[in-house]
Amino acid sequence: MAAYLLRRLVQSALILLGITIITFGLLYVLPADPVRQIAGRSATPEVVENIRRQLGLDQPVWVQYWTYLSGLLQGDMGRSYLQKTDVATLIAARLPATLLLMVGAITCELIFGLTLGVIAALKRGRPIDTGLMVGSFVAVSAPQFVVALLLLYVFAVKLGWFPIGGYGTFAHLVLPSVTLGIMGAGWYSRMMRSSMLDVLRADYIRTARAKGLGRLRVILRHAMPNAILPIVAMIGMDIGIFMGGVVVVESVFGWPGIGQLAWQAIQRVDIPIIMGVTLVSAIAIVLGNLLADLIAPMIDPRIKLR
Amino acid sequence: MNASVPRGPVLSVTDLTVSVGTETGPRPLVSGLSFDLFAGETLCIAGESGSGKSITSLAAMALLPPGVRVTGGSIRLDGRDLAKLSERRMQAIRGARIAMIFQEPMTSLNPVLTIGTQLSEAIRSHDPGANAQALALAALKSVRLSQPEARMRQYPHELSGGMRQRVMIAMALALKPEVLIADEPTTALDVTVQREVLDLLRDLQRDTGTAIILITHDMGVVAEMADRVVVMKSGCMVETGPVRDIFARPAEAYTQALLAAVPRMGDGSGPVPAPAETIARIEDISVRYDIRGGLLGRVTHRVHAVEEVSFEIRMGETFSLVGESGCGKSTIARAMTGLVPHQGLINLAGHVVPEDGLSAGPALRRDVQMVFQDPAAALNPRKRVGDLVAEPLVIHRIGDAASRRERVRALFDRVGLSPDQIDRYPHEFSGGQRQRICIARALALEPRLIIADESVSALDVSVQARVLDLLAELKADLGISYLFISHDMAVVENISDRIAVMYLGQIVETGSRAQIFGNPQHPYTRRLIEAVPIPDPTHQRPALSRMSDDVRSPVWPVGAGPAKVALSDIGGGHRVASA
Repeated sequence: MAAYLLRRLVQSALILLGITIITFGLLYVLPADPVRQIAGRSATPEVVENIRRQLGLDQPVWVQYWTYLSGLLQGDMGRSYLQKTDVATLIAARLPATLLLMVGAITCELIFGLTLGVIAALKRGRPIDTGLMVGSFVAVSAPQFVVALLLLYVFAVKLGWFPIGGYGTFAHLVLPSVTLGIMGAGWYSRMMRSSMLDVLRADYIRTARAKGLGRLRVILRHAMPNAILPIVAMIGMDIGIFMGGVVVVESVFGWPGIGQLAWQAIQRVDIPIIMGVTLVSAIAIVLGNLLADLIAPMIDPRIKLR
Repeated sequence: MNASVPRGPVLSVTDLTVSVGTETGPRPLVSGLSFDLFAGETLCIAGESGSGKSITSLAAMALLPPGVRVTGGSIRLDGRDLAKLSERRMQAIRGARIAMIFQEPMTSLNPVLTIGTQLSEAIRSHDPGANAQALALAALKSVRLSQPEARMRQYPHELSGGMRQRVMIAMALALKPEVLIADEPTTALDVTVQREVLDLLRDLQRDTGTAIILITHDMGVVAEMADRVVVMKSGCMVETGPVRDIFARPAEAYTQALLAAVPRMGDGSGPVPAPAETIARIEDISVRYDIRGGLLGRVTHRVHAVEEVSFEIRMGETFSLVGESGCGKSTIARAMTGLVPHQGLINLAGHVVPEDGLSAGPALRRDVQMVFQDPAAALNPRKRVGDLVAEPLVIHRIGDAASRRERVRALFDRVGLSPDQIDRYPHEFSGGQRQRICIARALALEPRLIIADESVSALDVSVQARVLDLLAELKADLGISYLFISHDMAVVENISDRIAVMYLGQIVETGSRAQIFGNPQHPYTRRLIEAVPIPDPTHQRPALSRMSDDVRSPVWPVGAGPAKVALSDIGGGHRVASA
């Protein structure tokens, strides 16, 4: 177990290294020039060159990368070009809000996805199943900004149940979480439905029924733990999908997380922030997958980690 | 069987009809079935696949699959008609008064719950006040599982198939039901394990007086277990009566045919062929699988699946490898066809199979073909059967489209199928027909050796008999040699010229059919032969010679390995491991 964990952490570090290389390379070949952004339209060529030299952007790309990487290994994520603040400080200030949003979204995904998937499986072929599957299809295909605006219009503007935007209370959390989680809920309900249908056909379900167990116990104790297994692996992947959505959702709801930070940084070609946010997201994805792999053997004793 | 005072039946099935709903209305799967079951007796329902025997048992449990319903008649337990009970009422009866065990012990237990949990929840659901843990433990002890306390905390995957079936029996009998339905309870088990499970069932029945409905396709099991027999075919009862009458004087043609098709030991006849040219020479081959572990993923242990095995197959002979699951017999077949890497020499029809297996040339593949166990899984469902049979010809670039089609038609004729069927799809054929298609495909390249890995195990007995006849006929006409791999001693005895018995990756006894069956020397060989159910209810079965209970593990640390079994010749090529 300890050996497994150590090996996975070493693998994770290599993955993260690869991600820094790719991201750095992509940002370097980007046609946008960060120095132009900093200097403004009216700056003279001398000023531009001066800034370029100050930031070290006149160096060859591998020298730039090496400078960044050695800083990173000492815990220095660099400084924002425009905000003149440490990237680490900026991200640390905004990370809790994003993590909170993710927890909210995952909770929403699991609660809606699993419950509705189980119900659809149990009512297979009935109108309720068809209805739920059409609904899940809509949920999966609806663009997040549309969902966000729709939810805002109905629940914030018309009904006034939740605030229009901002951060602070539980009520603030609901609409962004639902917006971010609704696509995943759609996926999970479809996956859970087919997974449940497979499990309900299994021999051990027949055995459980032959023992005279009640319907509820057969479903909750025998079918669901087996059906949920493929979903657990998906939750790890989900964090990556979330990262894309976070940028949109945080902008629409004015949620002060790293998605907003990233959005602003991309517009201004603030490379250290883009690098920092990408790296933090990558760490979240890698850890999420590791966590999913660690949870799996707790549900299914046949899975051995080695 | 022992009731001197006449009593009413425990379970009474009257005019039962079970139907499946189809687009054209309900179609009966079981029709007009009636029988009574009395306390303490064993009633065997015998029949081939599709006879409706399993549907009958599921109807009694009210566990019919979706779309299948009881459409007529009654199933009465104590005067109450189970077919008309609500699901909630039925839950109280299931497990407590009628219990059931199933064919597949490997999949019938929930993989994510411990044995103890699965046992005690059944008890608790019927008797919330009971000390479920204690009762569960007592049930495990009653099925003679070793270390019952430790088993309670184990998960199903940590137990062997036989042990799982014992757990299923413990679960079924924990609440002392009046009726136990056992649906092919030993079909998926090794023959020696089957014997132990059947003995266990008989002993438990003697202690508890439970009435047993035993559903089986195996007439040997019927002869050993039944007091009375119901023979079913296509959903109807063909014949019923006491077991001795059925076997001694079967009244119906179908029963007679069914009994005639059963392979019996002692039937194999014919002279041993004169020593001929060697077609396959296997010398000291070993197959080992690495198990990696530790921080750097180094090889820490190896599974010694096959350990320095040697044998020869001669032209035109059938050489059989027998043994129970995990003994390495199928691994040898895979090594011979280059599907797994091996160490040692494999020389097939003059070609040496490379040790890595991968670089085996087309010439080798052409001379050696395989026929597998499950014909449904071995045929691509999306292709026409004619194309499947022609595929080897296409791969080896033999002939053009027209000549290949002609060849396929001839092959279909050869294996007893109509050449007009070559444009159909695999699902349009029965199991036996599909296996014939697989044989036709194997024959397409005119191989000199066919490896048949459990090729008749999945077939009904009557179909099995016909496929075995076909194999024998092909051998006589075409001079093909077979490596026949099987766990079924009766089948092996019928088809083989020479036999090797395998145990834990090594050959423990080898010789001609007469030598192995007439004069078995190794205790394991004797155990295998004795464990085979004899389809004769008057047969007195010898007590099973027990070997040590724990199966030894084939997993060894790197550098270590099992001791090589030395074979010594006791005359006429009959070689036995010195114990």
